[in-house]
Amino acid sequence: MTTALLIATGIILIVAVLALVYRIINLVGIAKEDSNKVTFSNKINGALFPILLVVGLGLIYWSYNDASQYFLPEAASIHGKETDALFNITLGVVFAAFVVTHLLLFTFPFFFQYSEKRKADFYPHNDKLEIAWTAVPAIVMAVLVIFGWRAWADITAPASDSALQVELMGKQFAWEIRYPGKDLKLGKYDVANIDNTNSMGIDFDDVNANDDFMAREIVLPVGKEVELKIRAIDVIHSVFLPHFRVKMDAVPGMPTRFKFTPSITTSEMRTKTNNPKFNYELACTEVCGYGHFGMRRIVKIVSQAEYDEWLMKQKSWLEKNPDYMATWEAKKAEKDAVAQAR
Amino acid sequence: MSSVVLDVEHNDVHSHDDHHEHHGNFWTNYVFSYDHKVIAKQYLISGILWAIIGGGLSLLFRIQLGFPEANLEWLRPLLGDWITESGKMDTTFYLAAVTMHGTIMVFFVLTAGLSGTFSNFLIPLQIGARDMASGFMNMLSYWLFALASVIMLASLFTSTGPASGGWVIYPPLSALPQAVSGSGIGMTLWLVSMVFFIASSLLGSINYISTVINLRTAGMSFAKMPLTIWSFFITAVIGILSFPVLFAAALLLVFDRSFGTSFYLSDIYIQGELLEHSGGSPILFQHLFWFLGHPEVYIVLLPALGLTSEVISTNSRKPIFGYRAMIGSMLGIAFLSFIVWAHHMFVSGMNPFLGTIFMFLTLIIAVPSAVKAFNYITTLFRGNIVFTPAMLFSIGLVSLFISGGVTGIILGNSALDIQLHDTYFVVAHFHLVMGSAAFFGMMAGVYHWFPKMFGKMMNSGLGYVHFWLTFLGAYMVFFPMHYIGIAGFPRRYYSFTNFDAFSTFADLNAFISIAAIVTVTGQFIFIFNFFWSMFRGKNAPLNPWGSNTLEWTTPRKPGHGNWPGALPIVYRWPYDYSKPDADKDGFGDFIPQDVPLSKTMESNTDEERVLAQLDSDLQKLGEEREKNPFI
Ligand code: HEM
Ligand SMILES: [Cu+2]
Ligand SMILES: [Cu+2]
Repeated sequence: MTTALLIATGIILIVAVLALVYRIINLVGIAKEDSNKVTFSNKINGALFPILLVVGLGLIYWSYNDASQYFLPEAASIHGKETDALFNITLGVVFAAFVVTHLLLFTFPFFFQYSEKRKADFYPHNDKLEIAWTAVPAIVMAVLVIFGWRAWADITAPASDSALQVELMGKQFAWEIRYPGKDLKLGKYDVANIDNTNSMGIDFDDVNANDDFMAREIVLPVGKEVELKIRAIDVIHSVFLPHFRVKMDAVPGMPTRFKFTPSITTSEMRTKTNNPKFNYELACTEVCGYGHFGMRRIVKIVSQAEYDEWLMKQKSWLEKNPDYMATWEAKKAEKDAVAQAR
Repeated sequence: MSSVVLDVEHNDVHSHDDHHEHHGNFWTNYVFSYDHKVIAKQYLISGILWAIIGGGLSLLFRIQLGFPEANLEWLRPLLGDWITESGKMDTTFYLAAVTMHGTIMVFFVLTAGLSGTFSNFLIPLQIGARDMASGFMNMLSYWLFALASVIMLASLFTSTGPASGGWVIYPPLSALPQAVSGSGIGMTLWLVSMVFFIASSLLGSINYISTVINLRTAGMSFAKMPLTIWSFFITAVIGILSFPVLFAAALLLVFDRSFGTSFYLSDIYIQGELLEHSGGSPILFQHLFWFLGHPEVYIVLLPALGLTSEVISTNSRKPIFGYRAMIGSMLGIAFLSFIVWAHHMFVSGMNPFLGTIFMFLTLIIAVPSAVKAFNYITTLFRGNIVFTPAMLFSIGLVSLFISGGVTGIILGNSALDIQLHDTYFVVAHFHLVMGSAAFFGMMAGVYHWFPKMFGKMMNSGLGYVHFWLTFLGAYMVFFPMHYIGIAGFPRRYYSFTNFDAFSTFADLNAFISIAAIVTVTGQFIFIFNFFWSMFRGKNAPLNPWGSNTLEWTTPRKPGHGNWPGALPIVYRWPYDYSKPDADKDGFGDFIPQDVPLSKTMESNTDEERVLAQLDSDLQKLGEEREKNPFI
C-alpha cells in the first residue's frame, strides 16, 4: 500500500510541476506579445539541446561507472574472453559514433536557431560528402564483420573428440543434467521412453547408457573442453551460462550443441569477486511458461582432481533405480506384442 | 506527355463529389466514410486508444519488476484474479502483459496507428489526388482493422488469459494449449485477430501503392515526390511482400493447434503425456515469423523517417540534404530488411554458416541507416531552425534512431549476440530504435499535420513540455536497460531475485519503473492537448509552417475531393526552401510545389531555366485550368 501511495503522490507532484511550467511559459508568452513568443521559446528549446548534451554525457559517464560494479565478473571461459574484448572494442567504436553524431545533432539546433536576419543555406546535396560517409561506415562494418566472423567460426566449430560431453535437457520448469559415465559416451534417448522414473527418456537398450548418471548440479573440470548436448521435450528453452558467455536454444525435436572451455574455477572466482557465496549459474532465456524465470541450476567449476573425486562418488542411473530394468523389459515386450498384433 | 493528360482525367473523376460534401448522414460521413481523411482520423484515434492500453500494460509489468516485494493488493479491482492471495501479481499474467504489450505496440499502435494514419492522410493530399484509388477498399481496410482490434481486445478478458508466449508466438509454446494458460482461447483469438489485421494491412497497402502509381497529379513525377510519399510507398511494398508470409506461418500454426498436423512440432512430452507429433521443426516457424518480423521493424520505422524528413526540412528552412540518397537509402534498407531476418536466430540452433551470412548482411544495413542519420544532421547545418513541437520530436527521433541503431551493430555481430540475445540489452536496443523512434515520428506527424487534419492549431507550449518530458523519459527508461542487459538479465523474466547474477540491479529496476510511470503519465499532456485543441484550438492558417507541399494548398478544412477547384499542378520538387534570390521573385524562404518555374526566373537553377522553357505542356495545362478548373 505504501508503494501505491508513493506512486500516487509522485504522479500528482509531476502533474503539478508540469502545470506550473506550462503556466510560466504561457505568462511569458503573454508578457512578450505573440510574435516574440515564438523567438523566445525558440531560444529556450535551442539552448536545451546543448545543455542536454553536456548533462547527458556526464550522466552516461557516471552511470556506466556506477553500474559496472554490478556487471558480470570477467568471462570464465576461453572464448568468453575473446568475445568480451570484441564487445568492448565494438562498444568503443559505436560510442564514438554516438558521441560525434550527437555533438553535431545537439549543437546545430543551438547555433542555427531561427533569426529573422539570416537566411538558411540552400544546400541540397554534396556528392563527395555523401560518398565519404557511405564509405566510412562500410569500412568500419567490414572490419567488425571480419573479427566477428572469426570469433563466431571458432565458437561454432565442432568440439574435439576429447571434449567432455554433458547433456542438458530443458522441460517445464527445470533442467535435467546427464553425464556419460565411465565410458565417456552418452547413451541414446527417445521421448517415447519418458515415464515417471525415466524422466529423460534414456534408452537402456543402448549399452552406452548403462553407466550414464544424472546430476543435480553441473560440475566441470577447469581447462577442459566441454560439449553441451542440448535438447528440450516440451517447448523451446534456452541454455544460458552468463559467466561463460554461453547461450544456445533447447529445441524439442532438434538437438543442439555448444562447446566451451571453462577457465576459472568457482573458488578462484570467489576470491576474485571477493564474494564467498559466489556461484556460476544456469538460466533459461527463451520464454517457456510461467516458471521461466525460475529455471536455475548451479554450475561448479573445479580442479581436475576434485572433478575426478566427484566423478567417483556418482552412482549410475541404473544403480540408483535397481528395479527399472524389469519394468523396461516388460514395457518392451508389451510394445512388441502390440506391434506384432498389428 | 500523354501520360500527364491521362492522369488528369483519372483524377477528375471525383470532382463532382465536391458538391455532395454536406449530403450523406452521420454514418456515411464519419463512420463508414470512403474519404481518406476521415479514415486517417479513424486510424489515429484508434491508435491513441491502443497506445493507452499498451502503455498501461507496460506500467503493470514495470511495477512488478521495479517493486518485486511490494504488495499489489490495490491492483485487485483492475486485475482481479491475476492478483493472487499473497498480494503478488500472477506469473502468467506477467507473461500475458508482456506479450500483449508487444503485440499492441508493434501492430496496433505503430503499424495501424502510425502508418495507417499518415499514409491515408498524406498520400492523396501530397500527390494531388482527390482520394485513394479505391475508397471502398480503404474503408474496408479500416473496418477489418477495427474487427481485429475488437477480437484482440476481447482476448484480454478471456478466463485463461490472453496469449502469453511473447509477441513472436514461438511454437510449441503457442501451439500447445497445455503449455501455458494463454495458449488456449487467448492464442486462438490472437491468431484470428491477426488474420483480420493482415487482411486489413494488405488492402491498405494495395491502395497506397496503386494510388501513388496512378493518381499523381500533373507534373508530380517520382523525382518530385516528397520523401513522406516515398516512405509510405516503400513501406506498402514491404508490407505486401512480407505480411503474407506471416499469414502462412499463422495458418500452419492453426493447423498444428487444431488439426493434428506437425509443421512445427516434434518429439513432445508435456504434462505427463507423449504427443503424436513428429517430424516438424519449431525453427521453421521462426524463419517464417522473422521474414515478416524483421521487415515489420521497417514498416514501423520508415514512415516515421519519412514524416520527419519533411518536418526537419520545413522547419530548418532548408532542402532535405541528399534527397536522392534519402530515397536510395530507403530502398536499400527495404531490400536488405528482407535478407537479414535470421539475425534474430543466431542461437536458435540453425546452421552456424547461416549465422555468418546473416551477420554480414545485417551489418551492411548499418550503412544506409548511417547515411540517413548524416543527411538529417547536415540538413540542420546552417539552417534557420524553428522549433515547433513537431521539429523537436523529429530531432528527438534522429537522436533515438542513432542511439538505438549503434547497439544494433553490437547485436548484429553473431559472436556478441550469444551473450546478449534475449537479455534486456535487446529490449533497450529495440525500444530506442523502433519503439521510441517510431513513436516520436508519429508525434511529429500529429503535431505537424494537426492543422490540416482538424483545421485547428495545437497548443505549442504544452507540446514543448510534452516533448521534453517524453524525450528525457525515453532515455531514462531505456538507456539503463543496457546495463541490466550487459549483466545478462534475461527478458520476459517475472522476477530477477532468483539468480545471484541478475539480482544486483534492484535499484536501477526501480528507477526504470518510476521513469516509465512518469513518462507514460506525461502522455496525458498530449492527449489533453489533442482533444482540447480539436474543439477549442485556434483556427489554423492555411499554411502554418510555411511548407511547400501540396496539402497546404487545400482549403483550411478540405472537403471530399480535397481541392474545390482544379487539382494543383506540380512544377518543382518539394524542398525549395531558402532558395537564393527567391525574394526577388516575390517569394520568401519557400516556394510551393505548384509555383511554375516560369514565375521564378531569378531563383531558378541553371537546370531549371532550361526546364522552364521545356515545360510548356504543363504550362498550357495550368493556363487552361485557370479558365476552367474542371479539366
Ligand atoms: C514507456 C513505454 C514503454 C515501456 C516502459 C516498455 C517496457 C517494456 C518492457 C519492460 C518489456 C518487456 C521486455 C521483456 O521482458 O522481454 C517490453 C517489451 C516490448 N515492448 Fe515495450 N515498453 C514501452 C513502450 C513500447 C513501445 C512504444 C513499443 C513499440 C514498438 C514497445 C514494444 C515492445 C515490444 C515489441 C516488446 C517485446 C514483447 C515481447 O518480447 O513479447 N514498447 N516493453
Ligand atoms: Cu525454460
Ligand atoms: Cu524459459
